[in-house]
Amino acid sequence: MGKSVWPFGLTGLGLALLAWGTTWGLGFAPREAYMGDVQRIMYVHVPTAWNAMLVLTFAFLCALVSLLRGGWVWDARLEAAIEAGVVLSGLVCIQGSIWARPTWGVWWDWDPRLTTTAVLLFGFGGILALRQFVDDPVKRAVWSAVAVVIAYVDVPLVYFSVRWWNSLHQVQSSPETVSRAFHWPLRINAFGVLFLVAGLLELRARLAFMRRETELAPPPPSETAVAAATR
Amino acid sequence: MNPFLAALRKDLLLQWRTRSQLVAVFVFGASALLLFSFAIGPNAAALRQFAGGFLWLALLLASTLALADSFESEMAQRALEGLLLLPADPRALYYGKAVANLLQLTLLGAGLVPVMVVLYDASTARLPGLLGIVVLGAAGLSAPGTLYAAMTAQVRARNTLLPLLLFPLVVPALLGAVKATSLLILGDPMGQLAAWTWLLVAFDVIYWSLCGLVFERVIED
Repeated sequence: MGKSVWPFGLTGLGLALLAWGTTWGLGFAPREAYMGDVQRIMYVHVPTAWNAMLVLTFAFLCALVSLLRGGWVWDARLEAAIEAGVVLSGLVCIQGSIWARPTWGVWWDWDPRLTTTAVLLFGFGGILALRQFVDDPVKRAVWSAVAVVIAYVDVPLVYFSVRWWNSLHQVQSSPETVSRAFHWPLRINAFGVLFLVAGLLELRARLAFMRRETELAPPPPSETAVAAATR
Repeated sequence: MNPFLAALRKDLLLQWRTRSQLVAVFVFGASALLLFSFAIGPNAAALRQFAGGFLWLALLLASTLALADSFESEMAQRALEGLLLLPADPRALYYGKAVANLLQLTLLGAGLVPVMVVLYDASTARLPGLLGIVVLGAAGLSAPGTLYAAMTAQVRARNTLLPLLLFPLVVPALLGAVKATSLLILGDPMGQLAAWTWLLVAFDVIYWSLCGLVFERVIED
C-alpha cells in the first residue's frame, strides 16, 4: 500500500469541516420549534448514521473483492472498514439515546432503524472478535469476508422484520425534508464525517497491511545460518 | 451413492450414536423454559402471552450447544481433512450436515412444545401449524449455524464465538418464528400469520442458498 500523505490531509480536512459545521449548528443555526436545542444533536447524529451505512457497504464491497480476487490490500481495507463501521454504529446508538431521552422520554426504543443499528453493531462486533481469535491470516481473511457478506445480506431482512414488528422513529431527515435553515451545518458535517472516516480508514488499512506483512514474512535467519552463509 | 445422502447418513448416524448428547441439550432447553417463568412470576395470563418467545429463546440457546457439537467430531483426529480428500463436492458435505442439524433442532423444538404447553398453559388448538413453524425456524437457525460452527470449531474460544456470530444474524428468523408461534397460540384476529411465515421462508431460502455457496471457501485450506 502507498505511503502518500493524502489520508492525513483528508483527516485534517474532515476535522476542519466538522468543527465548522458543528460551530454553525450549535451557535448560529435557528432553534427547532418543537424540540428546542436538543435537536442540534442532529448535526452529528444524522451524518454519523449516513456514514455508518456507507462504511459498512464499503466493508461488504471489500469482502466481495477479497473473496473473488483475493489480495492482502483488500483484507486490510476490510479490517479497517469493519472497525470503522462498529465504531460509527456504536456512536449512532449513543447519540440516538442521548436524543431520545428528552424527546421521546426513553433512552431506547425498538424502532426499525435503531434496532437495525444495534443488530449491526453486535453482528460486526462479533466479526471483529472472530478476526481476533483466528491465528492463520489466510483463514482470518476468508472467514471474516464470508461473515461480512452474510451479515450484510441480513441488513434489509432485519430492517423490514423490525419495521413490521414496531415503529415510532420519525421519518428520515434529508436535505429535502428539513428546513433550509438547517441545511448547511448538516451538509458540512456529513462531508466532515465522510472525509474524517475515509482518511482514518486508509491509515488503519495501511497499519493492517503492515501487520499482515510481518505476520506473513519468513522468520529471520538464525545466527548459525547467517554464520554459515558468510563463512 | 449420492454424496449428499452419504453425508446425511453419516451425520444422522453420528447423532444417533451420541444421542445422550441430544437428551442433555433437550434437558438444557427444558430447564431454560422453567427458568424463564421466574422472570414473569406466577401470572398465568402473562406466561401464556410470552410462551412463544420463551420457546424460541430456549431453542436458540439450546441450538448453540447442538450446532457446536456437530463439528466437534469432525475436528477430532482431523476427520474433516479426510472428508475433504474425498472426490465429492464440499457442498454435499454442508447440506448433509445442515439437514442433519435441521432434523435435530426440529426434534428438539417438537420436544420443547409439550414442556411449553404444560408450563405456560399454551393453547394446542393449531398444533400442525406450530410444528410447521418449528421446522421453518429450525431451518433458519441451522443454515447459518452449520456454517459458523464449521468456522468456530477450528478456533480458540469457540463456545463464545458461535453465539456471538449467530445471535445477531438470526434476528429476522427469530422475530418471524416468535410472532408466528404467538399468533398460533393466542389467535390471529388480524390475519398476520402469513406475513411472518413468508418472512421465515424468505430467510430460509436466502441462507440455505448463500451458506451452501460459501461453505467451500470456509473449509478449504
